[in-house]
Amino acid sequence: METPEQIRDRLRARFPAAEVTLVPNPSPAAQHSLLVGAAHLADVAAFLRDDEALRLDYCSNVTGVDWPEKEVVETVRTSVPDPAGGPAKVAEQKIKRVQPGCLEVVYHLYSMARGHGPVIIRARTGDRSDRAVLPSLTPVWRSCEFQEREIFDLFGVRFEGHPDLRRILMWDEFEDHPMRKDYVEPDDYEWEPTPHDAVLAKAARHRTAAAAPGPAAASPGGQP
Amino acid sequence: MIEVPTDPFGLAPGPRVRPVHDEFHGDLLEVSMGPHHPSTHGVFRMIVTLDGETIVKLKPVFGYLHRNHEKLGENATYLASMPYTDRLDYLCSMTNNWAYALAVEKLTGQAVPERAEYLRVILAELTRLLNHSCLAGFLLQDCGCSGTPLMYAFREREKILDLFEALSGSRMMCNYQRFGGCRVDPTPDWLEAAKRLVDGYGRFLDEFEELLTGNEILMARTQGVGRMPAALAISAGITGPMLRAAGVAYDLRKVDGYGIYPRFNFRVPLGAQGDTYDRYMIRILEMRESIPILQQALRELPAGPILDSKAKLRGLRPKAGEAYGRIEGPKGEIGFYLISDGGPNPYRYRVRAPSFVNLTILEDLCLGHTVADAVIILGSIDIVLGEVDR
Repeated sequence: METPEQIRDRLRARFPAAEVTLVPNPSPAAQHSLLVGAAHLADVAAFLRDDEALRLDYCSNVTGVDWPEKEVVETVRTSVPDPAGGPAKVAEQKIKRVQPGCLEVVYHLYSMARGHGPVIIRARTGDRSDRAVLPSLTPVWRSCEFQEREIFDLFGVRFEGHPDLRRILMWDEFEDHPMRKDYVEPDDYEWEPTPHDAVLAKAARHRTAAAAPGPAAASPGGQP
Repeated sequence: MIEVPTDPFGLAPGPRVRPVHDEFHGDLLEVSMGPHHPSTHGVFRMIVTLDGETIVKLKPVFGYLHRNHEKLGENATYLASMPYTDRLDYLCSMTNNWAYALAVEKLTGQAVPERAEYLRVILAELTRLLNHSCLAGFLLQDCGCSGTPLMYAFREREKILDLFEALSGSRMMCNYQRFGGCRVDPTPDWLEAAKRLVDGYGRFLDEFEELLTGNEILMARTQGVGRMPAALAISAGITGPMLRAAGVAYDLRKVDGYGIYPRFNFRVPLGAQGDTYDRYMIRILEMRESIPILQQALRELPAGPILDSKAKLRGLRPKAGEAYGRIEGPKGEIGFYLISDGGPNPYRYRVRAPSFVNLTILEDLCLGHTVADAVIILGSIDIVLGEVDR
């Protein structure tokens, strides 16, 4: 099978605007993946499926990954020339930068016709709220149908063009997306979903309490 | 329009056909099958829209057993997730363990000693026997053959569960595999008992097939029911016996050759029609192929350690990276996708459950069939809600 670099180069040649980049995987598994721009995801997927050499006709695993926004501290070193003519001084400066969060969807593709794989493609949403939208690949591989519904349910990625985008594991009235890292668990699972007066009041109290700590609650592990 | 029966008491000679009150003709009826129904194999619901008795629309509803297994996995250490994987497909805890161990081994580059590889094959194939026997029994139960075939299958399953219990201490929740090997070494007595069971399994299959495979009622109920074209099966990501019943030769034991499967000589049975009968037969044939694998593995089982000496279990912190490991479980491809950020817990822990994906095409298979057929089609897909709902 072609290496991910070769596939990347072919995709770049075929779709110059698709922003295909290689995401290296440093683990011993060495399953490198290709990050594809969301705008061209469906075209790239159809190409990978129909290409004669690749024939990735089987989309095995589709899943979401939540990358909340996080603060990164970067050390910037600048050399300041010494006006007296001595050796240049190195000034260190620590800059705090907020790395924007996103939701990522990962597709593991194999070929039943050729017996090779995996080719892993991933796509990222613009952010974790308004722009958490990706094109649905269900028209390309039917196996995405339930798995994309699951990602919509648990991560909150909206798939455009999905034939039946509803919650699949949680109940329809459920709000929020449990697999996100900043998800706050309800106080009482038995009470929360039942829409009664006292329960609704309690749920409202819970929600305001959950909203109050603000982004500080976005600790990994979802603990409030 | 209601017609007045000309002979309301059926006294006239000739065939007694009473006129049908036709006012309901063409109306669709929506029936909710499940979630508490023996034919749904757990807590599963189908919203079926019927025209007469013919299914015109079917929407599966599940999630009743959802406990967010993946979140649990992200909040636990790598080793602590191992017993949780037993609860996914609770009939096949050994293969769930193996798939998870394989994914972690890929993530960390952990080697597995020879003896452990053989033990894994032995236990995975025993699980396959157990799962397929149960499936055949349950499928017959769904056809309305109450009790008897299921009890025959459960009799055999019981023997395998006894073996699992003697080895791992638990009948169903085995928690047996570890990253870099297995947990307990079997005793010579255990291996003898396993050999006896494997050697006798062919006789059980002969008996079972004698009773059922050529049975006219079974053929009438299952042949041509729920036919699945190969192209649809591939596109929908169907794996395991379901896929091979549609005639697609794709068995991960051959394709990936994980573990030590390339050392075993076995055939991959394929179906021709992709109907429910083929799906039943594939399971029987796969069991027949499993027996020589088991015999060879038990014969060649080498001495040695069962856990790699460098294997790290507690406090495992893999380097940042990701890995997807998959094996051929009895129900299809079971895979685990792990992302490590260098911490003690996986950053992302994902289970690719075969039953979940195989359910995608339930509606396609059932359209145009009757309600009773939907029950056996669902039975032949072989779902376990523990892994569908996760």
